[in-house]
Amino acid sequence: MMAPDGWGDTVTALVAVAGLAVITLVTRGFFLIPEREVQMPSWLRRGLRYAPLAALAAVLGPELVMRDGQLISTWADARLPAAAAALAFYRFRPSILGVIAVGMAVYLPLHIGLGW
Amino acid sequence: MRALAGPVAWRSLPGDPEFRRGMRDIAATSLGISAWALVAGVATAKAGIGTGVAVTMTLAIYAGSAQLAVLPLLVAGSPLWVVWLTATCVNLRFVIFSALWRNYFGHLPLARRLRIGYFSGDIVFVLFLRRFPAQKPEAGQEAYFWGAAISNWLAWQIPCVAGVFMADLIPIGWGLGFAGVLALLGVACSMLAGRIELLAAGIAACGAVAAFALPLKMNILVGIAAAVAVGLVTEALFPPPSRIVARGAGDGRGDAPGSGE
Repeated sequence: MMAPDGWGDTVTALVAVAGLAVITLVTRGFFLIPEREVQMPSWLRRGLRYAPLAALAAVLGPELVMRDGQLISTWADARLPAAAAALAFYRFRPSILGVIAVGMAVYLPLHIGLGW
Repeated sequence: MRALAGPVAWRSLPGDPEFRRGMRDIAATSLGISAWALVAGVATAKAGIGTGVAVTMTLAIYAGSAQLAVLPLLVAGSPLWVVWLTATCVNLRFVIFSALWRNYFGHLPLARRLRIGYFSGDIVFVLFLRRFPAQKPEAGQEAYFWGAAISNWLAWQIPCVAGVFMADLIPIGWGLGFAGVLALLGVACSMLAGRIELLAAGIAACGAVAAFALPLKMNILVGIAAAVAVGLVTEALFPPPSRIVARGAGDGRGDAPGSGE
C-alpha cells in the first residue's frame, strides 16, 4: 500500500512522518513543556538517577544475548567474544572509541569469516 | 544566589569551552553511532517507501529506534494510529529522560525548552548526566548540551541519509550496525560508578531480556523500572558512598565532578 506508486500513498506516508516528528518532540520534551514544575515524590526523583544507565543496559541486554526474539543457545556468536574483548579493553584503558574499535576487530572476522 | 542564566546566544557557542567539550565527548561515540545510522538508512531505503519519503522520515523523526520500529508497519500499510502508538511506546523512555532535563533547563523559555527536548537523544542524555551529575542548573550546561546535540545530529543524519542513497552498495550482512551496540556499551561502562550502579545495570539488562516478548519494546521500560526499584531498595539497605556517574570517567579526561547533590 505504501509503495511509491501513487500520490495518495506518498501523502499518507508524509502525514505519518509528520506525526512521527511530533511524537519525537512531545515524548522527548514531555516534562519540559509545562510552565510550572510537575511535582514528583522525592523517592522517584532519586530513583530516576538510575534511569540513564538502566536504559542503556536494557537496550544492550537483548542486543548482545538474543537473536530473533530468543536467548541464543550457542557460544558460536560473534557478539559474545566481541563484547568480552571490548569490556576487557575498557578495564585496561577506558576509551569508548577503543571499545568500538576492539569490539569490531573481534566481531567482523568472526561474523564475516566464520559466519558466527 | 546567582540568577539563572537565560538561553545561550547561538553566536557565542563556537568559542565556548563547554560547547567544545560536548563535541569531544560525542566524538568518542560517533564512529559507532554513524555505523548504526548508515545501517538504519539502508533499512529505511530497502523498506520501499520511496527515496523522498525515506529521507524526509530520517531528517524529521530523528529517533532511530522508533524509525526502525515503524518501518515494517508502514510497509504493511498499518493504520496511522498503530504507527503512531508504536513510535510513542518505543519513545516512552524519553518521557522519563525529560523529567531529568527539566531539572537543568526548566528555567529557559518554552521555545528553547522544546528545541532542547527535540535534540536530546539517548547518547546526548547519558553524556550530559555524566558531565553534570548534580541535577541543578549550572553555568555551561546549555553550551555543553548543544555541543553534544549538534555533533550527535550530524553523526546520525549524514550517514543515515547516505545509507538511504547508497542502499545497494552497503553490505548489510556484515553486521556494521554492531558498532552502534559497542558505542552504547562503551558509554554504559563509563557510567558504572559503583556497585549499586553495576547491580542496577545488570537488573535492567536481565529484565529487558526476560520481558522481550512484550510488544512495542515495552521490555526496555520493564528493565528501567526494575533497575530503579532495585537501586532505591539497595540504597536504603546500604547507604552508599557511591553516586551514579560520580566519577568523571570518559576517555581519561573529565575532572571528577564530585559526588553531586
